Amino acid sequence: MPVNSSHYLFLSLLLFSIGIMGTLMRRNAIIIFMCIELMLNAVNLLLVSFSKQYGDADAQLFVFFIMVVAAAEVAVGLAIIVMMYRKVHSVDINILNRLKH
Amino acid sequence: MDIYSILFWVLSVIAVGSALGVIFSRNPVNSVMFLILTFFAISGHYILMNAQFLAIVNIIVYAGAIMVLFLFVIMLMNLNADVEPQKGQLVQLAGVISGGVLFLVVLAAIKSAKGEVIDTHSTDIGLIANLGRVLFTKYVLPFEISSVLFLSAMIGAVVIGKKEPVHEGVKDEQHN
Repeated sequence: MPVNSSHYLFLSLLLFSIGIMGTLMRRNAIIIFMCIELMLNAVNLLLVSFSKQYGDADAQLFVFFIMVVAAAEVAVGLAIIVMMYRKVHSVDINILNRLKH
Repeated sequence: MDIYSILFWVLSVIAVGSALGVIFSRNPVNSVMFLILTFFAISGHYILMNAQFLAIVNIIVYAGAIMVLFLFVIMLMNLNADVEPQKGQLVQLAGVISGGVLFLVVLAAIKSAKGEVIDTHSTDIGLIANLGRVLFTKYVLPFEISSVLFLSAMIGAVVIGKKEPVHEGVKDEQHN
């Protein structure tokens, strides 16, 4: 069976859903952050497959910009997690619900 | 079954299996290793689709820089034991169900999409010469703006990570 462009749609949808499940299931802030990276990569894979399908280089540049933004996001996000660990000595997100009060 | 299909299925199984490993392994260090494996499988997909530059950048930036940063933070906090308190069984089940429902809904939406057979001949749109030409003509403004974004992210990370000076009032309260 030759590979279809909808195979890539299903694959990236599956990876994205796994990322959503991980974000909702886990309590460790670092694991949640890693699941967000997984979702970003699922979208990147889909963009590259569209680039292949339509023979256009623009989608690959969008992937490049997504990687740039993800690198900046990781720098700030890990700084926030380190700061949170320094305050409460845990990376459990349930402790953060004191922000509500 | 040609070589393209075989490689596609092998890489897809590796990617999905290690993505499941990320969310189900108890030890955060194992999660990082599984995520690196997922990134390598996705890079393999990029090479299959003639996006060689993105494959290399994916390995260098994600597997090389970002995941090392994650590992560094995990080691710094000494989290490499499975001490994480688990969410309740009900909440975990709700997470799995809502992720699965999202999967089914989008699957039903895209099921009717007419798939075109991927052209397995190699093209040169993913090579760095072509991408660089497009980047510096059509997308030169976003490129420059992303440098400002990087600068602000760098300053933000330094400001957030800086140790706060202990306020005088807090010190007095502690003494009293």
